[in-house]
Amino acid sequence: MTIPLHAKGLTKTFTLHTQGGIILPVFDTIELTVRAGECVCLHGPSGAGKSTLLRSLYANYKPDAGQILVEHGGQTIDLLAAEPWEVVEIRRSTIGYVSQFLRVIPRVAALDVVAEPAISNGMPAEEAKALAETLLTRVRIPERLWSLAPATFSGGEQQRVNIARGFIVDYPILLLDEPTASLDAANRQTVVELIREAKARGTAVVGIFHDEEVRNAVADRLFEVGRAAESAVVSPSKTDERALVGALVA
Amino acid sequence: MTTSALRKPAPRPPLLEVSGLSKSYGTQIGCRDISFAIRPGEVLGIVGESGSGKSTLLACLSGRLQPDTGSITYDMQGRGPVDILTLSEPERRRLARTDWGIVHQNPRDGLRLDVSAGGNIGERPMAIGARHYGDIRSEAQDWLKKVEIDLSRTDDKPRTFSGGMQQRLQIARNLVTRPRLVFMDEPTGGLDVSVQARLLDLLRGLVRELGIAAIIVTHDLAVVRLLADRLMVMQRGRVIEEGLTDQVLDDPHHPYTQLLVSSVLQV
Amino acid sequence: MSPTAALVHKDDGYNFAYLDEQTKRMIRRSLLKALSIPGYQVPFGGREMPLAYGWGTGGIQVTASVIGPDDVLKVIDQGADDTTNAVSIRRFFQTVCDVAVTESTAEATVVQTRHRVPETPLKEGQVLVYQVPQPEPLKKIEPRETETRKMHAYAEYGAMQVTLYEDVAHFGRIAKTYDYPAVINGRHLMSPSPIPKFDNPKMEMNPAIQLFGAGREKRIYAVPPYTSVRSLDFDDHPFEVQTWKGSCALCGSTTSYLDEVITDDRGSRMFVCSDTDFCNTRQAEAAAAKAAVDKVSGEEA
Repeated sequence: MTIPLHAKGLTKTFTLHTQGGIILPVFDTIELTVRAGECVCLHGPSGAGKSTLLRSLYANYKPDAGQILVEHGGQTIDLLAAEPWEVVEIRRSTIGYVSQFLRVIPRVAALDVVAEPAISNGMPAEEAKALAETLLTRVRIPERLWSLAPATFSGGEQQRVNIARGFIVDYPILLLDEPTASLDAANRQTVVELIREAKARGTAVVGIFHDEEVRNAVADRLFEVGRAAESAVVSPSKTDERALVGALVA
Repeated sequence: MTTSALRKPAPRPPLLEVSGLSKSYGTQIGCRDISFAIRPGEVLGIVGESGSGKSTLLACLSGRLQPDTGSITYDMQGRGPVDILTLSEPERRRLARTDWGIVHQNPRDGLRLDVSAGGNIGERPMAIGARHYGDIRSEAQDWLKKVEIDLSRTDDKPRTFSGGMQQRLQIARNLVTRPRLVFMDEPTGGLDVSVQARLLDLLRGLVRELGIAAIIVTHDLAVVRLLADRLMVMQRGRVIEEGLTDQVLDDPHHPYTQLLVSSVLQV
Repeated sequence: MSPTAALVHKDDGYNFAYLDEQTKRMIRRSLLKALSIPGYQVPFGGREMPLAYGWGTGGIQVTASVIGPDDVLKVIDQGADDTTNAVSIRRFFQTVCDVAVTESTAEATVVQTRHRVPETPLKEGQVLVYQVPQPEPLKKIEPRETETRKMHAYAEYGAMQVTLYEDVAHFGRIAKTYDYPAVINGRHLMSPSPIPKFDNPKMEMNPAIQLFGAGREKRIYAVPPYTSVRSLDFDDHPFEVQTWKGSCALCGSTTSYLDEVITDDRGSRMFVCSDTDFCNTRQAEAAAAKAAVDKVSGEEA
């Protein structure tokens, strides 16, 4: 049986040139294997580098060393050695990523935001929109909001749009960064169902779930993150990371 | 599993491949030793502060400036990869007005301000032999719709248009011949923010819909965040960091890129 | 040696046809080049003429370079032999080369014209010299000559078509009525000088040599005999010439180019042939025919 996602010897350090060249080790030689249909929960104290690891698995952050081996189109590809256009392809069809925040695109309606990944994977537009409507209904976004751009939506609504967008394609690998952070109980339950359905389809899921109830409902095992940070001189706090990232240009 | 077992998908041939490109103005360096490739449908952003050499690079790529050294290989339709620096001038000009588009920062450089909007869009089709007025006009109006300009303005001169409309018209004028590669120099420069957003959204939609490859030079990180698949950061004529747009912006490695990224005001 | 060398005008010492022989040779070389590349604008070292720019200095230099002692010269201005410009230029050549002059298109070997092509069809062996104010048809679209030269070199004439598009967009038809651009020999875009577009079809496959001289701009171009002259147009808005409801008030012609003449200050007007020779000839023929008929009927009575 093939392994959809296998991180080998993953090491990540931040060097903050704008702050006197401080070096922040985050994690060191991480080994992580995720099987089809399995949900691995990244676990550790706040600031341990869970988000950094998750972003690295999406090739959003660039680890210093190691490999991220991904099953893509019948081949095993090292995400870190792949050409940028290959990464774009892999993200389009193989790895889905649901962040805590929706990156709002001006003027694009919620329905189109959700349908877009399906359309770019070759689904006919009508079919993709019908599917998007189903998903938006499931995450309880009122129909009157579907045709509006999500820029004016509340935080919770934006996150639910983001979840619908993340689940519209049956990605073989799904990365979830606190998908239930600002959701009410009913919507948390919907997300749990969505994750379970994905697992049943054979999706390899890696997630950060602070909510214990959700974690217990979906996670097959915990993966401890944070040993490197514990031994480090300086621990990268969330605020440091935000300052570094600083890049979230609206 | 070993590394040697890894296989990569067959790479699509590059549309444009630049190798060792340098251009100086006397002792002043314009751009130095630039190499990259862009594939069909890919959008490449080039960012950097004023004077970093990005506009020089764009001028060299689009054939408006002769580089000192280096090669620029373009995959011409029906002919295959050709070093465009070896093309004759008419061949290069023909390429520039059929298979390429150039969107200038200032619409005045890319439009005929005394020619109606319809005529501006019709020029390229007429230049390659369109001779049926009705067809030319209906094609022009199709494009006016695409760039969200009211059809009642078809016969108005762009002189009477707002900056945002002029820029949208310039885009239509370029895209009407379905170019495979479009060069854009600060396409949102000089526009106010709400107009920028509309333009960016429009560009994003058109580039995706038509599968156009684009090279966008800008100092605005929001523009590349929205439009570009890939990013090159330039400083003092050199490329100092490159990669996927979100990689470079979210996890910048080079000191200058970190400075650039952290200098953006958060709203 | 040129046939006109050593022909010095008897009274005042001017060289034959005013220009010196070296200048004529230079201009003839330009003319030969222009004939070899139909429609292409050949630069030439235009001389100062005893006439202001804009009054036909280019045409005069071309005429002076091709005219010989045996030639018969006709000069017209807007089709008329008797207007100021035509009279001055005709007198100039009479003064500096003693050639025979005529008002008859058929008799002339060299016709210098401002803004018309004669109605009487030209024949092989005749030379039609046009006075050109602005030789560059692309000038209004592209003011940089470095650029217009490239546009001609690479046959990039899309921008010219844009001006016709603008006409149709604004007026529903191609509104340009004179100086109507044409493609010569399927290659070069050419300004036919400010002749009415009515005359463009006469240039097509004309047996005569057509030479164009622009004095201020110092350009010469040509249409050799039997050369295609295609006026630009659209498939759905084809090139058309002007038509008039009535006929010439003097000679009754329905096929010639008519000028509107205001006859008093109460708005009375009439339309008459712009080509005076054509009109006069037809009137004379009609009078002769009428006289013959009168004579016959008088004899019968």
